[in-house]
Amino acid sequence: MTLASSDLLNTYRVMKTIREFEERIHVEFAAGEIPGFVHLYAGEEACAAGVCAHLSKEDSIASTHRGHGHCIAKGVDVHGMMAELFGRATGLCGGKGGSMHVADLALGMMGANGIVGGGPPLATGAALAAKRAGKGNVAVAFVGDGGSNQGTTFESLNLAKVWNLPAVFVVEDNGYAEATSSKWSIGAESNAERARGFGLPAVQVDGHDFFAVHEAAGEAIQRARDGGGPSLLDCQLNRYYGHFEGDAQTYRGTDEVKKLRADQDCIVRFAKRVTETGMLAESELEAIDQEVFDLIESAVADAKSAPKPAAEELLTDVYVSY
Amino acid sequence: MARTLTFQQAINEALDQEMARDDSVIVIGEDVAGGQGAEGEMDAWGGVLGVTKGLYGKYGDRVMDTPISESAFIGAAIGAATSGLRPVVELMFNDFLGVCFDQIFNQAAKFRYMFGGKAETPVVIRTMIGAGFRGAAQHSQSLYSIFTHIPGLKCVVPSTPYDAKGLLIEAIRDNDPVIFFEHKKLYPLEGEVPEELYTIPFGEAEVVREGGDVTIITLAEMVHESLKAAEALAADGIECEVIDLRTTSPLDEETLLDSVAETGRVVVVDEANPRCSMATDIAALIAQHAFDALKAPIKLVTAPHTPVPFADNLEDLYKPDAERIASTVREVSEYQTWAATASKS
Repeated sequence: MTLASSDLLNTYRVMKTIREFEERIHVEFAAGEIPGFVHLYAGEEACAAGVCAHLSKEDSIASTHRGHGHCIAKGVDVHGMMAELFGRATGLCGGKGGSMHVADLALGMMGANGIVGGGPPLATGAALAAKRAGKGNVAVAFVGDGGSNQGTTFESLNLAKVWNLPAVFVVEDNGYAEATSSKWSIGAESNAERARGFGLPAVQVDGHDFFAVHEAAGEAIQRARDGGGPSLLDCQLNRYYGHFEGDAQTYRGTDEVKKLRADQDCIVRFAKRVTETGMLAESELEAIDQEVFDLIESAVADAKSAPKPAAEELLTDVYVSY
Repeated sequence: MARTLTFQQAINEALDQEMARDDSVIVIGEDVAGGQGAEGEMDAWGGVLGVTKGLYGKYGDRVMDTPISESAFIGAAIGAATSGLRPVVELMFNDFLGVCFDQIFNQAAKFRYMFGGKAETPVVIRTMIGAGFRGAAQHSQSLYSIFTHIPGLKCVVPSTPYDAKGLLIEAIRDNDPVIFFEHKKLYPLEGEVPEELYTIPFGEAEVVREGGDVTIITLAEMVHESLKAAEALAADGIECEVIDLRTTSPLDEETLLDSVAETGRVVVVDEANPRCSMATDIAALIAQHAFDALKAPIKLVTAPHTPVPFADNLEDLYKPDAERIASTVREVSEYQTWAATASKS
């Protein structure tokens, strides 16, 4: 699959935006600026970027509690996201959702999800709607290795197969469900192996490698668009931070993250490949770095100065009509 | 002469007419057609009790059988509802909420609020309630209070064929998630049902019998037991006002409180278990807002705090009936407060 330089630039912009967003949230959370529970996607950017590069806003994604990356890759407004995480009225959900419930249905982003394994049935439904509409759209369910052990995921794999839906299940196996290793918690050889047991084509890919994810996702998504039914993508990757912000991560190996950052980093690998092959110039990447830095700066500044939701918002938006 | 349908036929007709009117309405559930992939006839069942029978023949793949996977297909109905369809999905028995409740109460119910008012989830979940079928503990409960507790859900509990059709059409056209509870003992009940499409608004209880002595507040099959009791009591000169809630969320507080203001005496009749139930909720509502009007303690006629038993004699004891309702109403109507007793002497 060939990627035009504009596609590559956009990919770099998406991955870099996710990274800077998360690194900044890490700092702001530690400073006590962000309330609640936050789960960071840093380290996993190639997966969201590689999958969502194939999607338009008419395609849907269901996400996880670690959903910021999926949002950004799906084109959700960064200012709106930042304000939402800060619990401000200007947030994407008016400050009533927060990190675990960022959503933009108009862009086909069905929401981060506070329930592990909550997303696959919803994406299956979006795939059903897409199939009935007959316009070749697809739905993608992102699910972690933790969520891959939920019955909702197994049921959805089977239902999507039985109904022959244009659905793609993307397992982001980042090695840990909270503090438990996926090597221990997944009884089968892999989630790809499991999916084959459900009758779905499935591949395992290096989730740090944007190009590998992009290619595998492209095949699965095209198959879905062509009426070939659901597939599963088993992305092996890692997160740089804890299950949640504040997690001391004593369950991880010595220097595990340090080594990952040095050897496997998806953005570094991407940048290296596109510059060494002459597909993009370093100056182009640097320009994006600056652009992203400015974007995050202004998003944080705006979020901090934005008002909190008005008291009367407590009672609105429960029903369309009641 | 007006046309008569059973409760079951009324629901079938509402589905049929709405599917004919609106292509985005689809029906999903276990054996809602039946026979999928088997050698024999298709649409073999039309739902476990035949409520959706015939829809497959008319609407084909808009009537979707499912594997036994409630989490996936109810979740899928919810996801499809946020993506442009209007699914009517069947949770065969409400007792099965245990295998899919997350999708209902954490997903569907909360989307609109969590997403700052930007989501609409026009899904209807039809489900069977009620004891009296010798179905035992896992197929006989009436769990509407659990769903009513959840902000974001609407809960409909019809008692007549007329209401079933009008409320189901309203539910399908509503843009919020609606749980539609069908008491399995009501399916054969006959009643007048207009052929044309009509809707009954949510949050409007119906005074199904007028009377000035005691207010009976009830729902679902218990409406009919309450009416029987009221009939018997009238022979003894006790006139009951019987109110059918029709929807528990939204709840028509005004109609209840207006009636209590007139009678000052209340019996709440609810087939469900008594703790944290519609009966206790309504009693609390009246105690809070109509305390001054009360001439007697509020009395509840409910099931005991037990699972539903299997043996027929025990199940009959479990379920409130006209006799228990009548004797409770008598207690309430005869009750004299200390002040009233003192003033007479």
